[in-house]
Amino acid sequence: MKSNVGATPVSYRLAVASRVLAAVFGGYLLAALGSVCLTLLLPTSRIEATVSGMMASFVFYLLAVLWCFACRSAWRAWAGVAGACLVLALIAGLAYWTARP
Amino acid sequence: MKEGFRQSMAWLHTWSGLVLGWLLFAIFLTGTLAYFKAEISHWMQPEVPARAVSTDSSLALAQGYLQQHASGAGRWFINLPDAREPALSVMWQGPVKPGERGAFMEKLLDPATGSEIQARETRGGEFFYRFHFQLQMPHPWGRWLATGAAMVMFVALISGIITHKKIFKDFFTFRPHKGQRSWLDGHNALGVLVLPFHLMITYSSLVIFMSMVMPASILTAYNGDTRAFFNEAFPGTNNAPAAGKPGVLMPMGPMVEQARQQWSGGRIGRIAVNNPGDENASVNVFRHSGDRVVHDFGSVISFNGVTGQLLRVSPEQSLPAAIAGSFYGLHMGVFAGPVLRWLYFICGLAGTAMIGTGLVIWLGKRQLKHAKSGVMPFELRLVEVLNIASMSGLVVAVAAFFWANRLLPVSVAERADWEVNSFFMVWALSLLHAAVRRGRRAWVEQLGLAALLFAAVPLLDLLTSPAGLVTSDWMLAGFDLTCLGSGVFLAWAAWKMQHPSHTRPSPQPRAERLRSLALKNEVN
Repeated sequence: MKSNVGATPVSYRLAVASRVLAAVFGGYLLAALGSVCLTLLLPTSRIEATVSGMMASFVFYLLAVLWCFACRSAWRAWAGVAGACLVLALIAGLAYWTARP
Repeated sequence: MKEGFRQSMAWLHTWSGLVLGWLLFAIFLTGTLAYFKAEISHWMQPEVPARAVSTDSSLALAQGYLQQHASGAGRWFINLPDAREPALSVMWQGPVKPGERGAFMEKLLDPATGSEIQARETRGGEFFYRFHFQLQMPHPWGRWLATGAAMVMFVALISGIITHKKIFKDFFTFRPHKGQRSWLDGHNALGVLVLPFHLMITYSSLVIFMSMVMPASILTAYNGDTRAFFNEAFPGTNNAPAAGKPGVLMPMGPMVEQARQQWSGGRIGRIAVNNPGDENASVNVFRHSGDRVVHDFGSVISFNGVTGQLLRVSPEQSLPAAIAGSFYGLHMGVFAGPVLRWLYFICGLAGTAMIGTGLVIWLGKRQLKHAKSGVMPFELRLVEVLNIASMSGLVVAVAAFFWANRLLPVSVAERADWEVNSFFMVWALSLLHAAVRRGRRAWVEQLGLAALLFAAVPLLDLLTSPAGLVTSDWMLAGFDLTCLGSGVFLAWAAWKMQHPSHTRPSPQPRAERLRSLALKNEVN
């Protein structure tokens, strides 16, 4: 990425904006889902699992943000975050419904 | 981003650092000052005498005062004096109606006599502490913004580490008097030297507000009932509601004594009395958070206030709660003694300086391109103005806050607010000043003013201390000396800005210049 603002095309700027949105909002969703998965799957008491899940969530967030800016295009940023969210949502859903039928 | 992983991380580091750098600088500097918030408050309220006090007599005095002045309150809080906070503080809250919080009242009492201390109204060090995470914004927006900034700081730290391939080699590299290169070396050294502190302080700030910013786990595990989570997490505060029949509160001395035995001699921090005039009165004795590194919100022993019977001793923390508690305890540093407290302060300053040097580097790199024409594009000028106001301007504002504390007459209405207003007015003026003066001039003038204001603080203290209080108080002397030291440092910084070492680059040998010229042509 170049910092020469005057010479950057609009498409490039839109791509950066898109990555930022994917990182901030997609990353938050991913972190929230990650914390829920941990909370539901950890074999400890409810309160301990909740605290552990919340504490670890920021690592999920970090990884999502790094991914969004390291991948080759803005589309991949969205696809990667959405894919990971989908997988985590599936795991969380399964864990939720098996625990409470 | 077709470049490699490292380049894209460098890009992320550069821009995430810029966008919230100014805010993070303010958060770091005020947070660093907050490590000495008790000492700052003490300087700002010189009427409060510092002397050795006994816990038991203060407690009896506090109970007497509250029974006289706040017998109908819903809750009392008593903060016992300690070595750092010499006043006995009592707070009470109006009768608690369901779903609503009564208003708080706070008074400072002389721990020896129990009479109200007529100290000047001030927010003291508490102002820096609160600004550090609430940013003077309405609840909860300031906390959200500060936590968001912390997340960006976390991203900037990790991407910075990835970018920095020769992390340990570069730590031993400092090339002074090389302009841009020296700034970068300084930035790297500050970053690497206190990296564990940076990581700890940043991650812990996220953990502190995790139940606010990341509540998804609570909502799932407790089916949306956050109150149930907090009751389970902090069982000590789950007390019986008022019965509506009058009761007489026992003297609290024996309860506190019993609590101290339970903690094998641990110190008492705060005492909360629920429904003090009621049959269902309960007394919660909290342990002093400076006793241990691992913070435990729930470290409580509860008594029945009317019979004095021990109701509950909070259980040991679970492992995850202890981890969260250590993040909290390490961030706040309440446990730290004088030496460790200074180390915290220095690490905080290093973090502040790391953010500051990063902002300077961002601008410096881009300014080089426009050095010849002398015309700076608008966006670079904007960054320059914000750099100046957010760094030197903030330092001037901090000094103005201290000066306002001593110069505003004691009788002014809403005095504490006016101190805070002076802080923000001076900060706003520094922004205006930076906007109308040329970059380097603005730096020199603001740093010079800050140096003057800080260096003169001991004189100010001497001239405005209430008569008879100029005693051998080490806390006040330490404050004055620290201000003097800061003044000297700021004067040095102003002088360096005035005489930059790289304005006249050493004349390159002709041959080398030709070669670099040829190289440039090749590139083009």
